[in-house]
Amino acid sequence: MDLKTQIKAEQGEQQIFITRNFDIPVALLYKAYTEAEFLEQWMNTKVLKLTSENHGSYRFETTDPRGQSHFFSGAIHECTCNQSIIRTFEMEGTSFPPQLEFMTFEPLTADTSNLTIQIVYKSVTDRDNMLKLPFAQGLNWAHERLEACMKNLKTA
Amino acid sequence: MNLRRDVFQAIADPTRRAILTLLATQAMTAGAIAANFDTARPTVSKHLQILTECDLLNKTQEGREIYYAVNLQKIWEIEEFIAPFRAMWEERFSKLEDVMKNFKNNS
Repeated sequence: MDLKTQIKAEQGEQQIFITRNFDIPVALLYKAYTEAEFLEQWMNTKVLKLTSENHGSYRFETTDPRGQSHFFSGAIHECTCNQSIIRTFEMEGTSFPPQLEFMTFEPLTADTSNLTIQIVYKSVTDRDNMLKLPFAQGLNWAHERLEACMKNLKTA
Repeated sequence: MNLRRDVFQAIADPTRRAILTLLATQAMTAGAIAANFDTARPTVSKHLQILTECDLLNKTQEGREIYYAVNLQKIWEIEEFIAPFRAMWEERFSKLEDVMKNFKNNS
C-alpha cells in the first residue's frame, strides 16, 4: 500500500516527525485542527473543550470498541492562523507522560498543503512505547473481538 | 562475546543506511561498496560487519569474492515495527482530507 504519511523516527532520539501532503488548501487543513465540528469528524472523538488560541486548551473524549471512555487533553501554547499550532498532548489515566507537539501548516499550491508534526517525548523509551502502542492496541482489540465472538458461540 | 547489536542502532547511521540503499537492487563486494563512499575502506568494512551481525546483510562466497546482499526478511521486520503507527496516522489523515473536501464542495 502506498502511504502518503511519512514517519521519521531516528533510533535513540526522543522525537519523531510526521509529515503528509493534503489535497486541500492550507486554510482547510488548519480548520480541521482548530474547529471542534471538523475535529470530531476526522478524529472520531467527542470534543469536550477546544479553545484554539494562544494560552488555550482542549479535551477530547473517545469511546473504544468496548464502550469505555478515554480522555485526551492538553494546553495550546500557541496558535498562529494557517501556520502553526504548538500544544501538549496527554492520554489521561495512562502511564504515558505528556508530549510536546509542534505542528507546521504550509501551503504547497492554492489547493494543496503540507502538515509536519514534530512530537517531543519525555524520554527515548516513552517514544518507543508510544510507537508500539497502535500495534499493542490493535492486538488487544482483535483479542477482545475474538473473546466476544467466543462468548456468543458459548451462549448460542 | 556475542556482538549482535540492535537493528535500530544499525540503521540509525547514515552511512549504513546508504549501504543498504546501495545493496537494495544488487549484491556487491566490499570493494565495490567502498568505492561508492569517501570514507576509508576499513570504516566501510566495519559498517558491513555491523550490518551483517544484525542480519541486515547476507554474505555469500562466489569464488574468491564475498558478495553482500540485503536480507529482505529483516528489513521487513523493521518496517513492521513502525507500520501500525504509520497506518493509524494515514487512516486519520485520509479521513481529515475527506471531511474537509466534503465541506469545501458543500459550502
